[in-house]
Amino acid sequence: MKNVVKQMKGFSIQKMAIIFGLFAMIIFFSFASSNFFTPSNINNILLSTMINGVLACGAIFVIVTGGIDVSIGTSMSFVSVMLGVFITWWGIPAPVGILLGLILGGLIGLLNGIMVTKMSITPFIATLGMQMITSGLAIVITNGSPIYFNTIDGYQSICLGTPFGQMGGSDYAVNNGVLIMFALAVIFGVILSKTIFGRYLYAIGNSKEATRLSGIRVELWELLAYIVAGGMSAVAAVLMTSRMNTAYPATGAGYEMNAVAACVIGGASLAGGKGSMKGAILGAFIMSILTNGLRLLSIPTEWQKVLTGLIIIIAVFLDMTGKKKNKI
Amino acid sequence: MPKTIIEMKGISKAFPGVQALQDCNLNVQEGEVHALLGENGAGKSTLMKVLTGIYHADCGEIFFDGKKVTLSSVIDARDLGITMIHQELNLLTNLTIAQNIFIGKEIKKGPFLQENAINEQSKELLKKVNLPVSPETMISSLTVAQQQMVEIAKAISYHSKVIIMDEPTAPLSSSEIDSLFTLIREMKKNKISIIYISHRMDEIKKICDRATILRDGQYIATVNVSDTPLSDIISMMVGREITYIRKKRDKSKISKEEVLRVENLCCGNKVNNVSFSLKKGEILGFAGLIGAGRTETARAIFGADIPDGGIVYINGKKVSIHSPYDAVRCGISYLSEDRKQQGLIIEMPVEDNITIAALGRLKKHLGFVDFKKCGEKAEEYVSMLRIKTPSLRSVAKSLSGGNQQKIVVAKWLLRDTDVLIFDEPTRGIDIGAKDEICELLIQLADIGKAVIMISSEMQEIMRVCDRILVMHEGEITGELDAEEVTQEEIMKLASKIEGEKV
Repeated sequence: MKNVVKQMKGFSIQKMAIIFGLFAMIIFFSFASSNFFTPSNINNILLSTMINGVLACGAIFVIVTGGIDVSIGTSMSFVSVMLGVFITWWGIPAPVGILLGLILGGLIGLLNGIMVTKMSITPFIATLGMQMITSGLAIVITNGSPIYFNTIDGYQSICLGTPFGQMGGSDYAVNNGVLIMFALAVIFGVILSKTIFGRYLYAIGNSKEATRLSGIRVELWELLAYIVAGGMSAVAAVLMTSRMNTAYPATGAGYEMNAVAACVIGGASLAGGKGSMKGAILGAFIMSILTNGLRLLSIPTEWQKVLTGLIIIIAVFLDMTGKKKNKI
Repeated sequence: MPKTIIEMKGISKAFPGVQALQDCNLNVQEGEVHALLGENGAGKSTLMKVLTGIYHADCGEIFFDGKKVTLSSVIDARDLGITMIHQELNLLTNLTIAQNIFIGKEIKKGPFLQENAINEQSKELLKKVNLPVSPETMISSLTVAQQQMVEIAKAISYHSKVIIMDEPTAPLSSSEIDSLFTLIREMKKNKISIIYISHRMDEIKKICDRATILRDGQYIATVNVSDTPLSDIISMMVGREITYIRKKRDKSKISKEEVLRVENLCCGNKVNNVSFSLKKGEILGFAGLIGAGRTETARAIFGADIPDGGIVYINGKKVSIHSPYDAVRCGISYLSEDRKQQGLIIEMPVEDNITIAALGRLKKHLGFVDFKKCGEKAEEYVSMLRIKTPSLRSVAKSLSGGNQQKIVVAKWLLRDTDVLIFDEPTRGIDIGAKDEICELLIQLADIGKAVIMISSEMQEIMRVCDRILVMHEGEITGELDAEEVTQEEIMKLASKIEGEKV
């Protein structure tokens, strides 16, 4: 009973606002378009949230520390291309190739982390540099043209496979990729909220100096957060290449900002110390439902962008006003 | 009869829980250098904040040049001709000298800034303060002494009649001090009055005409410096009834075992060849004035700053400490003077703050936090130290200063280190809580911890500690037995007055 009360208290106005917003959006689009609440469209929404969701899983780790990683989108491009190189050009077996890709993603994160912690470069600048480097390399390696995975049997089913088959005879089926996203969100959500690693990250985001003076290896834990972000960009690369059966050298451009937006809509603060995995995933869903619904209503892409921008600003504004009220 | 420029009468000012000033007077004459003296916390800076319009006095009157004035902001005071040069200089380091002097009163033609005009005028001002550099020099490329000259030039540019200087010589070398004094004498000739705050008694003799002494927020006396011996001034500053009883500590609680030994520790220019040792169960006090290098010494031992040299022994074994992480593993903890920024993770709950340093031991396998154990331990220390908090999940920020300090203490007790370094543990907390913290330190020593206490409140240090080291400008100037020491002796070592009998 005590626990329930505790949890209710932890349920801030802002978290309520997100969930309320999400439901309001679903109800609105369901009435506005008969195509919205259909099995195939739900599948579309899940698939389009997948990449943003996985990237947000990593981004939230960095954002909680008060940092930011703007290289995760282009790292995804770079790892995508390298997956193509490993698996199709060099003929490395897919599982090994994927493993190499994940390691590569982790290494990019490690480099970001070293720049931020050991070289004291501001996170935004360090990862902006990495963004340019990885996006450039992806094009250099491929000469700008896509790498196709057609020859690799079963590669596409990594993401698009349907382990439970069609559901109830309808055309609805859950894809592997979506399950992977949810699994990662749960695992890393637990890491963030229930382990000392997660606790240290929040502490660092709240006050790096007080955390350091508590005898905690701030640099080590911060570095690990960047490795998580890099690793997630590699997972996203695997899912993306598998879904498309192709590695496009510019496939991840812009995704980093979607991930940041998802985290922020979900209550994270770029000043650090705040945010949650639940919030980040909800944020990713809000963004893709909004895009999807507006598309069904035949609202032009340009206007979709304008509205998404407005949503982000409103979400953060609600967060700020909620905070001010708490202070009084 | 010289003309009185400032007359403050019956000034009182209370803050929640503290009567900072009680019926204080100050009389400054035209063209004099007037020292404002008192221990840390005597009310000097509060009085000056009232004079410069930062605080509004609860009662009392201020007369400027014979006329009664109300000062409700810094701008009011500045317009009258009262400026303060703070110990922490307020210059914008990425702008030029001229831009700093004319900030807020830039010369414009239409919307455009007239850089040439301010440079011309600044050149004149710099000449007045004997600073031979171009007004276009960046502040960041000046020495601290030069920056101070720029502050003075800025004060002159407001046509100030009274300039308040708070510890102006603290960061200066002796030749720089000489040129500052030359400048002060020149300003005197131009009928500018200086209110001079300093802890260095020898300087008071050298430069000041009269002195006003405050103690515990009360006005004690105004004296002519030339015909009052320094020893009288010092006893006016500290001399009061001893308001505490030093409990005889059971010396047998101090073991022979040496826990910490520091040899020739050096760090920057604030820590110079510091050596000392500390026994199990002992409380060692670090006395001295603000800026004497005590905090820096503690930070260097704790690895918060990297020392330039020196050896640290823990339990007789040489250790190398490069970070607070290393220090904690060696069994040293440091409770910072800046509780809010460095001691607590202020936005996090009480429980998380208490457990943060010991989480490594409060985890289950795979690094999962053992929430149950954390809660139990936090609960235990909250009741042991009588921390008043609505719940364990309350945010640390919402508690009072004394309770916040206890959270920090709880954090380190839970981590269980042998050596505890307390840096100004009673700063900013109310009297009752101060007492509790002092008692706590003694209890910690009684259970076998080795405790270092840094404090600027001499009474406190004399009450709590077994042995007292006094620091002055980064060096240890003396070691005293707390049972026999007097405040005068500490003050003498802390301000390093030599040759005069106190």
